[in-house]
Parts: sequence; C-alpha cells; structure tokens
Amino acid sequence: MSSEEGAAASPREGRDAAVRRRGINKSFDGVRVLTDVDFEVRRGEVHALAGGNGAGKSTLMKILQGVYSLDAGEIEIDGRPVQLSSIQDARAAGIGMVFQEFSLVPTLTVAQNISLGVEPLGRMGLIRDREAARRAREVFAEMGVDVDPRAVVGDLGTAYWQLTEIAKALSQQARVLIMDEPTASLAKHEADTLFELVGRLTQRGISVIYISHRMEEVYRIADRITILRDGRRLLTGPLTEVTPEQIVQGIVGKEIEGQMSYQQRNAGGDAGEPVLELRDVTAGPRVQSISFTVARGEIVGLAGLMGSGRTELARVLFGIDPIRSGSLRLRGAELRLQGPQDAIRAGIALIPEDRRAQGLILDHSVRENLTLPLLGRMRRGPLLDDRKGRALARGLIERFKVKVADPDKPVRRLSGGNQQKVVIAKWLGTDPQILVMDEPTAGVDIGTKNEILAAIRSLADQGMAVLVISSEYPELLAVSDRVVVLRNGRVHRQLDRAEIPDENHLQLVVQGA
Amino acid sequence: MSTTTDPDPGPTETSVPAAGARSLTGLLRGLDWRRYIIYIGFVVVFAVFAVTLGDRGFVSSNNLLNIFRQAATISIIAVGVTFVISCAEIDLSVGSVAGLASVCTAMAISTWGIVAGILAGLAVGVVVGAINGTLVSMLNIPSFLVTLGMLGMAAGVAQWITDSAPQPILDDTFNLIFGGGNFGPIPGLLVWMALFVALGAVVLAKTRFGRQVLATGGNRIAAEFSGVRTRRIKFQVMLLSAVVASVAGMLYAGRLESGRFQWGAGDELSAIAAVILGGTSLFGGYGTVIGTLFGSLMISLINNGLILAGLETSQQQVVRGAIIILAVALARRK
Repeated sequence: MSSEEGAAASPREGRDAAVRRRGINKSFDGVRVLTDVDFEVRRGEVHALAGGNGAGKSTLMKILQGVYSLDAGEIEIDGRPVQLSSIQDARAAGIGMVFQEFSLVPTLTVAQNISLGVEPLGRMGLIRDREAARRAREVFAEMGVDVDPRAVVGDLGTAYWQLTEIAKALSQQARVLIMDEPTASLAKHEADTLFELVGRLTQRGISVIYISHRMEEVYRIADRITILRDGRRLLTGPLTEVTPEQIVQGIVGKEIEGQMSYQQRNAGGDAGEPVLELRDVTAGPRVQSISFTVARGEIVGLAGLMGSGRTELARVLFGIDPIRSGSLRLRGAELRLQGPQDAIRAGIALIPEDRRAQGLILDHSVRENLTLPLLGRMRRGPLLDDRKGRALARGLIERFKVKVADPDKPVRRLSGGNQQKVVIAKWLGTDPQILVMDEPTAGVDIGTKNEILAAIRSLADQGMAVLVISSEYPELLAVSDRVVVLRNGRVHRQLDRAEIPDENHLQLVVQGA
Repeated sequence: MSTTTDPDPGPTETSVPAAGARSLTGLLRGLDWRRYIIYIGFVVVFAVFAVTLGDRGFVSSNNLLNIFRQAATISIIAVGVTFVISCAEIDLSVGSVAGLASVCTAMAISTWGIVAGILAGLAVGVVVGAINGTLVSMLNIPSFLVTLGMLGMAAGVAQWITDSAPQPILDDTFNLIFGGGNFGPIPGLLVWMALFVALGAVVLAKTRFGRQVLATGGNRIAAEFSGVRTRRIKFQVMLLSAVVASVAGMLYAGRLESGRFQWGAGDELSAIAAVILGGTSLFGGYGTVIGTLFGSLMISLINNGLILAGLETSQQQVVRGAIIILAVALARRK
C-alpha cells in the first residue's frame, strides 16, 4: 500500500475505475477463449467474477497478471493504458494475486517471504533482516491482523499463509488484489476474519477481484458481479440488482443442446441389480460414512463443491487410498482393495481428474499409453508381442474415434480433447464393469464433450455401471439417472433424475441454499 | 513444443506409411536424430581417430579388441544403471558393490570353493540391492541419498573385512569363466558383455517389466493409476542394478585373479555417463540399453584414442570431460 495511494482518481474518463479492460480477445492455438470482453473494476470495489469451467475466468485473470498477453483489446489501470507483458509488469502496475495454491516458500519466515525479491539491503549488499521484519510488521498493522513476522511459514496454518500472501501483495504497493477461491481452505471464523480484512482494504481504496463459487460469500462482500460464459461477458451489475437465480443460470448456461439434454434410458433406477455398493465407507476427513449403490447399466452422478470429497471418494473406489471403516461390495461380495491393480482386477476403472498428471505419460506414445493397463494381454511367453499391442491400440483408437495420425507419436502432441479420449479408451480396453469418471470432460471442446457424453450413455446401455463426477451441472444432468450430492465428505442428498427440474435446482442443493 | 497438433488428415510423412512412397528426405525428417546422436558421434569420433591415429595402430584388430575389452565391465554395470535411470532413480553404489562382491567372492572361494564363491558374490548384490530398494521404495528416501550412503558403506565393508589386503583367487576355473579366458578368438569378457546387453535390451524394450519401468519413470502417478505397482518396480530396479554390479565385480575378480576393495571404484560415474551418453533420459521414462552399450564404447574409444595420441592422463581427463558434455548437450531433448 503506497503512502499516497489515496490521491484522487485520474481526472481522465477512467474516473473511479481502478482497472478497465476493453474488447479483450484471446485465443489459444486458434481456439477463441475470450471474445470482446469488457471488464472494469472501480477503486475500492469488491468485484465478483463468476462463470463455469472454461468460461474464461482464469484466462482473464492470467492476462491481468501478465502471464498471458492479449491478442486484441486494451487494459487501463487508473486511467493509464498499460502493457502487461510479464508478471513483473503486472506487479509494477499494482496488481497483486492471492494464489489459490499459495506461492510461498514454506521454509522461509513470514518476513522473508514478504520481502522475497525485494529484500532491503544494507551497505555491502547484505540483507537487513530486522528491517524486513519491521516492514512486515507495518503491513500487518495496517491490515489490522496479528502475525509474527519471524514465524516460519511452514509452521503456520493456511489462514496465516493467506494473510502472508495478502501482506506480500500489499507491501509491493498492490492496488488491485485478485483472490481466487480464497475461502476454499479456511474455517468459518477464518473466513470471517478475511471478509473483515477485505472491508478494511476497500476503505483504503484497494480494489478486490473476487472469484468464488460460493453464492453467500459473493452476496456478503461483493459490490458488483461480472458473469462470463463461453468467453463472453454475459452481464455486469450491482449485486443489489442481480438475483441468485440469474447468477446460477449465467454460470450453468442453457444453450448447449443435443447431447446436453437428458435422455430417459430404460436401464438404471431399480431396473438393474446393484453392482457396486458402498456401506458407511469412511476414509479420512473427506470421506465420512458414505453409502449408496450403483446398479448395472446405471449412471450415477456425483455432485458437490470443491473439497466436498468427490475426488477423494473416487480414489478410495480405485484402491489408491485405503478404507478406514465400512465396506465396499461388488455384486454382494466384499471387496478389499490394496491398490489400483486390485481394483483393475475387480473390474473397476478410474478416469482420473487430471489427465496430464495422472492419466497419461505425455512423452510416451499413444500406443504405449493405451496398452499400459493391458500389458498382460500382449504377452507371448516372457516377451511382449508388439503386434498384438499395435492391434489392441488400433482397435481402441477406432472404437473411440481418437484422431491420431500415428499411434507411435507422443501423446503430448494431441489436443486436449483427443488426449482425454486416449485416457478413456485406455480404460475401456480393460473391459471394466464399473467405470468411475472424475471430471471426464474437463478442458475439452464442446464437440468432444458431446462425443464423451454419448459414449458414457452407450457404455451404460451395454451394462456398465458408471459413476460420473462433474462440476458442470448441465453435463451431470445430461447423463445421470441419479445424483448423489456430497457435502463435507458426507452424502448430503440423493436425488432421482426426475426430482431435479433443472440445473438451478441442483446448484442450490449443492450449495446448500 | 506444440501443445496441440491438430491431427488433420494431411499427408505427412508419418501418416502415410505406404511402402516405397517415402522419400529419403522425408524419412530423415521423421527421424528423431537426437536419439541417435550417440551412434553418429561414435562413427564420427571413430573416423577421426582412424584417420589421425591410423599410423599408430588405432585400427589394428588388437587395439579394437582392446577398446571393447576396456568397455566390457563398465557396460555391464551400465546395463543395470540404465534400468535405474529409466525409472527416474539413480544408483551411485554400483562401483563399490562391484568391489565388495569381488572381495567376498575371493574370500569364499579360498575357503569353500568356486560355487560358494559365486553365490557369495551374488549374495552381495542381492543384500545391497534389497537394502537400497527397501529404503527407496518403502521409506521413500531419495535413491541419490540411499546409494550415496551405500557407496561408502559397501566400500568400507570391503576394506574392513580384508584389512585392505588383496585376496588372491587361485581357482583357475573361476578365473577362466569370469573374464580371464577366451572363446576361440573372442575374449570371454566380451561374451559376458554381449550376454548382458542382449538380455537387458530385450527386457527393457520387450517385456512387461521393462514397459512398467519406463512408465514408472515417465509419470509415476499415471503409472500407479494404471495399475503398475510402482513401489515394487522401484524395488526391483534397485535390486537388479546391484546384482548386475556384483556380477561385474566377479568379472573384475576373475580377470585380475583377485578380489580387492578398489575394484570398481569410481565406476558409478563412468556408468552413469555411458547411460546418459547413450540417450537414456536422466529424468526417466525413456531408456535404451543398446545406446548404453555405445555410450560405454564411446568412452572407451575416447580413452584409447587419447592414449595413442600421446596425451597425458591429466589432458585426457579434460578432453574426455569436454566430449561427454558436448555429446550430452547435443542429445538433449527440449
């Protein structure tokens, strides 16, 4: 926070705009991510930014942070046009980011982290640690919070990490703070402290761009909201005039037709016998006494906020994390999973959430990736028969219509959608009875998304029991015969598809409104 | 690095594998030449030495055989290390394991005979490998630290139990089999080398185990999610590397007719250099045993040429180091 930052806003047309962006366009590899987005943050305002996955929120923020450059449009800060071509530019322009995953060095002290890169130096070029601590104390005093600058960050709780992040940004004269899901890892009272802090900051003329899926928070602290959808600005308005339903509808979107509408299937419901049964499954704080069943040919959707335990449950079902208590039954027989290989043998497949980190070996070829779970089938004596491998891979590529010029090329070179198809195809090769999909369409284009949804339905029609985890409600409602809503690691509600009139309803149930 | 290459049906040289349709230039463009840099480099260095040192007997069959013989033990150790590095781990203890194995073999032969000697040598590999493997895979201690510690421990034990004295081996059969004898015109050592390289190449490229080693090295989490027991794989590569090193130690013992704690000292660095020179990725996920063979031949070739050129040991070290850095820099993939 600079000493004179309170000076009157620029007399130019920017008036009280701290950040103004006009006609922002951004494409990646020819795919438009942002189209003509106007976005303005006023001085001392808390501006909420909402939108579904792939709406362009993070791209917009990365442009503001100087991580991405823009293709067209301009950015003004305090009425002056700026060129943000690096993170340093953005920082110099007064933009600070409170990262979702904290960007602190855990082994350094609070003061050392705050002064990282801008350490006060004495004569001889040595760091003046006491001066750094004094400055840190000053910033915390201004923030009105009590943090010991000499504490080692790694020893502190996440709430303190965040305060340190904010202090770091403020000490670098940030006038616009971007907070991305800042309360995701905070307890209730810690979140309250944060909101009070945000209130104090805005009184000093600091603006906050607030990204959150939690409706109640947005209404509590934000002044205005901008909703993005499919890379365009849907609306900007004061929260006194925007209703929660408008926000939900804006996030969820309605125009995706075709595969995105639910098709009644005769399988599912009580028609099929239960294949997978969870009885009071408990494994760690995020999986607490969860019970439900998935029937043959049924698609069950798993909904919940980030941190509600969806991914953790998937990991348990695939044997990655052990069950503490309760039981998992496959066709009535108790299943004990020591690891993924047991799950695979039992006929369970997991399409993991993060295809790059968990689903694929990016530098290996498409063929090697596809055949990795199938090596047992490619054996000829002690050796692997590459001809069998090639045939297996070709069959999977055709069956799942993966667009690959050469299966021997690294999977890294494929587009996101095709990479995801490789992950799915890889698992279909094992002929699973139970398919668990964690965010199966994350980061894929709409065409591929439709293909994947169609494939999910046809797999269920063939008798597979499918569990789909997704943060995208239209997609979840398009395929699920039943939806299990998780909240804080427990089953909050179980709804038949017929009980859910639309996405808004589901959104409200998930958010507990 | 392109993140998205739209796989349009354009007629690229890779999408049209029709016989005879490929031009030579297309073929060359399709090749990832960086992967083959070791072979190109080998030919180039060989040619340079052949021209400049031809009159000093570089190309004589005796000298060429020498190059192979000097590369033999290192390349056997390096076969094991190729697996370790492909799996994104490292093994610094191989040199001193070889030394300890040579000592134990020699001592067991003098007391109980040849069979016990061979078993004792292998036991060194099994015990050390199992300790390395357990610490790395079960306790998640970085292999660099585990094997750095083991490097000192194995060397220390070898020195301790022998009081630093060489242990002569008087069993002629052992010496004959382990590196001292010849198969017709071919030195036995080369047969051992060929055996290990061939076995290693097939296991790494053509078996389920090999594929799982590469998968674990390429992305441990994705491999684990694909049902690969990555802990077991890590244990197995550490075990394999130590057992292979113990065989190399017995070859030292047979050829030099004694066990000594110094045998193999420093070989870990030559072996790692050979592996990396050969094109195996230091970060795991890609490995080639044949490349490793040429890597160690290359080192041996350079040593031999520099000696013939009359360079002093100190100068040899400088030139050898520079060539290795140059080769690795050229082979580096973006």
